[in-house]
Amino acid sequence: MSQDVLSFEEALERFDPVLGFEVHVELNTKTKMFDAAPNTFGDEPNTNVTPVSLGLPGVLPVVNGKAVESAIKLGLALNCSIAQKCHFARKNYFYPDTPKNFQTSQFDEPIAFDGHLDLELEDGTEFRVEIERAHMEEDAGKLTHMGGDAGRIQNAQYSLVDYNRAGVPLIEIVTKPIVGAGERAPELARAYVAAIREIVKNLGISDARMERGNVRCDANVSLMPKGATQFGTRSETKNVNSLRAVERTVRYEIQRHAAVLAAGVKVTQETRFWHEDTRSTTAGRPKSDADDYRYFPEPDLVPVVTTADWIEELRASLPEPPAERRKRLKADWGYTDEEFRDVVNAGVLDEIEQTIAAGASAAVARKWWMGEIARLAKQREVEIADLPVTPAHVVELNGLIDGGKINDKLAKKVLGFVVEGEGTPAEIVESRGLAVVSDDGALTAAVDDAMAQMPDVVEKIKGGKVQAVGALIGPVMKATRGQADAGRVRQIILGKLGVQG
Amino acid sequence: MSAINREQVGHLAELARIEMSDEELARVAGELDLIVESVASVSQAAGDDVPATSHPLPLHNVFREDVVGETLTQEEALSNAPDSQDGKFRVPAILDGE
Repeated sequence: MSQDVLSFEEALERFDPVLGFEVHVELNTKTKMFDAAPNTFGDEPNTNVTPVSLGLPGVLPVVNGKAVESAIKLGLALNCSIAQKCHFARKNYFYPDTPKNFQTSQFDEPIAFDGHLDLELEDGTEFRVEIERAHMEEDAGKLTHMGGDAGRIQNAQYSLVDYNRAGVPLIEIVTKPIVGAGERAPELARAYVAAIREIVKNLGISDARMERGNVRCDANVSLMPKGATQFGTRSETKNVNSLRAVERTVRYEIQRHAAVLAAGVKVTQETRFWHEDTRSTTAGRPKSDADDYRYFPEPDLVPVVTTADWIEELRASLPEPPAERRKRLKADWGYTDEEFRDVVNAGVLDEIEQTIAAGASAAVARKWWMGEIARLAKQREVEIADLPVTPAHVVELNGLIDGGKINDKLAKKVLGFVVEGEGTPAEIVESRGLAVVSDDGALTAAVDDAMAQMPDVVEKIKGGKVQAVGALIGPVMKATRGQADAGRVRQIILGKLGVQG
Repeated sequence: MSAINREQVGHLAELARIEMSDEELARVAGELDLIVESVASVSQAAGDDVPATSHPLPLHNVFREDVVGETLTQEEALSNAPDSQDGKFRVPAILDGE
């Protein structure tokens, strides 16, 4: 089979891509889906397990009610219908990460179905993705492949299994085929997964950390000749676990499929794996008998029945959807498109909202969070949100400036000390003696020195060139180590020279 | 025509990782066919107004509070494992020359 790829442009000239996504979301419930073992990441292997997690003989699962509520909330956030009655099913297959030899999942009756999600691409283009279903299931254990190349399964001599993750609640969200994305397909793929991540985080049902596998994406791609309506054969790429990888996978698969089809060869329906190192996919196994999962209703679990009251109670508890919230905040704050996008990308929406709520103007909030605080974060190579600076600090800092206690330059210094954990801005100004000097005695002496050193400037000011006063303020600031109240210095100079400001 | 043939049993045996001889396949196919036919007679008794039922118990929404309970220790978890290493279950290579 050809390993070549066509250029993305040529692929798009000849073919229309059709996408589909299966996104798995790990819930952040305290316990697993069907047993009371803790749902915690990074613990000692095989300690967050019960006989149920290990699939020992004779055990009985019991459904985690909180996980069911989370699934309903997610279904509602995705504009889905919620099943009045649904049940769990066994998906049978042998793999060492699944100790029971079946995964407890849902088959013909998902808890949520027929929804949609409206996405906004970076340039503002809107795109609707139809949601086929969202169903409840459980995660598998974690495998470590030993003796092969770089931990890969190929050529491994044996594997080690940790069942801490086995049984962690998952919701799998499946889209309907997405047509008409054209050249925006890779971007759309990224935007879709980003939106899902944001929604589950906003709902508080998942930690949504992709690097920990809380949100995982399988990307389906197929191509059909331009103008055709019959879908082509698809590939399903797994292991696509960052937003960047989602975008790259879709782009790569479009280029690969195009090369295969252009050579007159049929695309093989198969599972593929994304490799970040080579930025390409490789074939896994072809779809075959191994996909004969023999689903049947889980006899050990009774049906889940929802009532209109229950659903409406959960609907009423949903937070404002992130996309709507952004639109509202942007209008309220009056930021430009670019300013607002920068704020979103910096991840400080909450901080700015709280700063404004605590009394600062939108402009002041943006100035500090996107200015000095962003700079301090970058300098320390951390996220802004991870700095110990709070909205209350920013409001306090701004109050000190407005009250004439400090100037902008000192405020930046103060922020540095806030980040060092020295206390609140007011405490730091006090303890470090950073307040501006507006004591006329001290300032007058410095002004006299400056005037004595620059008689030519003094003459200019006397002659009516008031803006030349800046040349005298500089040395005064220097003499007071930046702590002089510039406005007061100006008043003193002009007063001494008898000039009107 | 029988509901279950030998090829189907062979396929199922493969999926279930059960090694069966030709003689066993033939015998089991006959036995399973009889079972499936017997169970199928239920659908003659049930009219169109009777929905398919997977659970005979009049129960639903049996939920557990999201509260952590007792867990096994690592030693207990691994006590039935044929092989283990570094606190994990050790299993044979998953891909054998595929």
